[in-house]
Amino acid sequence: MSEAVNDVFRALADPSRRALLDALYKRNGQTLGELCDGMAMTRQAVTKHLALLEDANLVAVVWRGREKLHYLNPVPIHEISERWISKYERGRLSALSALKKALESDDDGE
Amino acid sequence: MTANDEMMVPPDVVYVTYIRATPQRVWDALTKGEDTQRYFFGFRIEGEWRTGARWALYGDEGVHDDGEVLECDPPRRLKISWNVRAFEDARGLPPAYIAYEIEPLGETVRLTMTQHQPKPIPRKYHEGGKQGWPMILSSLKSYLETGAPLVIETPAPPQ
Repeated sequence: MSEAVNDVFRALADPSRRALLDALYKRNGQTLGELCDGMAMTRQAVTKHLALLEDANLVAVVWRGREKLHYLNPVPIHEISERWISKYERGRLSALSALKKALESDDDGE
Repeated sequence: MTANDEMMVPPDVVYVTYIRATPQRVWDALTKGEDTQRYFFGFRIEGEWRTGARWALYGDEGVHDDGEVLECDPPRRLKISWNVRAFEDARGLPPAYIAYEIEPLGETVRLTMTQHQPKPIPRKYHEGGKQGWPMILSSLKSYLETGAPLVIETPAPPQ
């Protein structure tokens, strides 16, 4: 378990890998080629970063024929945030998120 | 598009979690009401769990979601159609297709959930699922591994 948590933090520590996750957040299910197009990195570097993200279970893959599609998998991040952040901050964060919702719904009315 | 055609198009989302439990235990947790009410916003699932049967997820105010069992291969694979019933304006929406794959890996299992949404639905429902499913799956993992679900609040209906 703690090994899995280490993998997540190690994977997230690198800005290139976070950029890959952001790209999948914008459009899920991309191929290696599609991910390379948007990045200022060599194909080799992207491949290496994706392998690390897969090992950390932050990217899930689905094969379609010979095409490998990459999906953002936020489940491990939820496991970490629920275990640590929520334990201490739940009350305050819920209050903040309720406030944010209330303020945003005011905006909608205008 | 039929339930079978939809496998030809890529899924919209894929979520994976590794759980220290047997495949049968994970299967039970997905298909038994006394388990789902512990980790799935308090909702109870009911169904016969054979291909062609109906299933439903019950909250305090009745059916929250329901659908048809499309594939049932315990304790390895379950595919269901999914209609949201709880919100008035969601009732006419086309169903989503949800598949669970349970693969044993030594002492753990890899649970993969894929969602196909062959016909477009309003963004707010898509966003609701994107926030809800990772919470539900991480709560399921915690419930099976520690006996205690993660404390998660019932999400507000989409605005």
